[in-house]
Amino acid sequence: MSSSLAIQRENIRKLFPDTFKQARKSRLRGQIIFFLVLVYLIVGFFTLDVVDIPKKWKPQNAAMFVLDTYAHKDHVTMKWENHEDIKIAFEGNYRSIYGRDNLDKSIPDWFYKNSDNVGNVVEFNNKGKAILYKDKVEIVNFPKYERDFTIKLNSNGKPYLVGSEDLVIEDLKGFRITENRVEFRPTLYERIQVYPKKVEIHRYSIGWKYFWFDFSSPLEPYSFFEALGLTFSKERVVPEMSNLKLFLTEIKDNEAFMHGRVWWAMLETIVMAVLGTMFATVMALPLSFLAAYNVTPIKALRFTLRRLFDTLRGIDFLIWSLIFLRAFGPGPFTGIFAIGFTDTGTLGKLYSEAIENTEKKQQEGVQSTGASKFLQHRFGIIPQILPIFVSQSLYYLESNTRGAVIIGAMGAGGIGLQFLGALGTGNDFENVAYMAILVLAVVIFMDRLSAWLRRILIGSDQLIVR
Amino acid sequence: MAKALPANLEQIEVNLKKLTNQRTRSSLLGIAILILIFFGGTLVSLEANAGSFGRGIANFFNYPRDLFVDTFEMGWKYWPRVIKYIPELIITLNIALFSTSIGFILAIIFAIFSSRNLIRNKRVIQFTKFLMDVTRSFPTLIIAMVFLYLMGKSSLPAVIAITIHTAGALGKLFTEAIENCDGKPIEGLSSVGATWTQKIRFSVLPQVLPLFLSYGILRLEINVRESTILGFVGAGGIGEMLAALIQWNYGADVLACMFLLVGTIIALDYLSAYWRHKLIGANQ
Repeated sequence: MSSSLAIQRENIRKLFPDTFKQARKSRLRGQIIFFLVLVYLIVGFFTLDVVDIPKKWKPQNAAMFVLDTYAHKDHVTMKWENHEDIKIAFEGNYRSIYGRDNLDKSIPDWFYKNSDNVGNVVEFNNKGKAILYKDKVEIVNFPKYERDFTIKLNSNGKPYLVGSEDLVIEDLKGFRITENRVEFRPTLYERIQVYPKKVEIHRYSIGWKYFWFDFSSPLEPYSFFEALGLTFSKERVVPEMSNLKLFLTEIKDNEAFMHGRVWWAMLETIVMAVLGTMFATVMALPLSFLAAYNVTPIKALRFTLRRLFDTLRGIDFLIWSLIFLRAFGPGPFTGIFAIGFTDTGTLGKLYSEAIENTEKKQQEGVQSTGASKFLQHRFGIIPQILPIFVSQSLYYLESNTRGAVIIGAMGAGGIGLQFLGALGTGNDFENVAYMAILVLAVVIFMDRLSAWLRRILIGSDQLIVR
Repeated sequence: MAKALPANLEQIEVNLKKLTNQRTRSSLLGIAILILIFFGGTLVSLEANAGSFGRGIANFFNYPRDLFVDTFEMGWKYWPRVIKYIPELIITLNIALFSTSIGFILAIIFAIFSSRNLIRNKRVIQFTKFLMDVTRSFPTLIIAMVFLYLMGKSSLPAVIAITIHTAGALGKLFTEAIENCDGKPIEGLSSVGATWTQKIRFSVLPQVLPLFLSYGILRLEINVRESTILGFVGAGGIGEMLAALIQWNYGADVLACMFLLVGTIIALDYLSAYWRHKLIGANQ
């Protein structure tokens, strides 16, 4: 069977030698291209230091970053010289301290006096406890640890782990001991650090605390829905303003998540994208007619416009935004014009190609009725290209939203700059995550909106190219 | 018969009028919405902008003029400095080319697992589509910034960011290409008992590869722009150099870098148009 197949194949090969030769040639070409790409990838691998990823990737940093995006922490600080003055601060912020009289903010229930009535207990979410005394810190009840630990200061005022000589390595897991610090971090969520001057405890909990109302807000004791319910009640939470107004301003002026500023920045970014696209469409529409050979007979004009489109597009929006940033200063105008100028080039080119590809017959039909040139274009060309125009412009709206975020980050303001700022502080990663999610949601929304508009306006959400 | 016709015509007339009215109404509504957006947006911009609009317009030519004046003062014989920045440009191009290649390969994998005519399992398709949506929607800048923060200054964050974005963006286009391809070659191969991989290799891939390459070249062009921008925030290459030069106010050098960039982008633009023309013919 197989031998007869082989014979048949041989016969076919003899019958059409040219075809087979060509096939082999093109296959060889494919293999050579494949080989070259492979070589390039290997070269790129080394020239771009991709091999260094494991070296540069610091899992500790990444873990802290990720942890901070979904969790919050409370700092408990005790100075050795005055062990009764213990500060509990949200995220270590000096403005968010529990138990201060002026804030009427009670001490959280995970901080209490020990049963011996001497030590103060910080209880973690995993039931482990750190007990703070005048001269020592006791670490008790941690799951997966057989025994309790005590950290004291020696005669030189340096912290040390009591009895650490007797402990096996297994027990010391989670400890990091240096000359001036003893740190105990069994998991990411608990961290106890003892220094010669003070003890600092970080207690992590999952979630974005104070997302709706910030630390010092009068509405903070209530949950979002409780507060929403309060807006319908007559009794005022604060005497100065109505509950509804309080509700809205407290959310807007949230100090931790800065909803007001973030949403305003988001609006700026959206405005940049939408008005930029509008500007480009309005500019490109007449220019594209002048650049199409079936509308404009003057070759020099067409050539000039074509090169103008190329230049506008070639000067990338990066450079445009640099120029406009100098002129307008930070703000949406920079973004609008940078996007507008770049896309005038892009859309102008696409539109004029679309006009050149229209059917001639419809225009001739209008011409046969004795219509003027203007009317020929109005009724012969525009109905043919309108769906293409709309589809192209809407398609660019979505990518311009992303572009507007980038222009913003380069100095034009908007959500891009806010994002950069939050990342730059190095510890507001929950804001970074919040803004990233917001950007993601808005970009996906714009994508869907543009697809939906294309569908209802022209009956298909696929991009029509020419 | 003769009596029925006028009634019909009347009906047609009425319908036509109704349709025309409806059309006019929706057009007017659309225009009204656009005008509203325009004015709303302008108000927001005026409120948020640091400088005024009029002064901005007046200042528009200042910076370009400064750059040219600076260059002129330096004397045009300093123009060879353009050559000095070519190595930086090559870094930028390298980032773009490498991440486009890797992204291209990832996109093919994505596309295969999200095409309805290749995969039967709906869950897999939904998951892959979701993955592509997410990777595509994040601006590269945001991914790059996060990785820059985590890994320190190097070109790697740019490579990672562009690769992720490219995989999602190309994946979507590739999926459409695969779903729109002719089903008959697949059936033909099924009839001779080809396996799933063989079907993809010999019936789907030959149909879609030219289109894939054409999209890939277009993406390469976009990615060169992207990698320049990422250079601006610290990913190396000509973008970073340009950012530094602007900060130092070296007008002539800024202009040299800009010319280099614009020249590259325009050259790539023509090159990509030429390649794509060759790949998929004039009418696509």
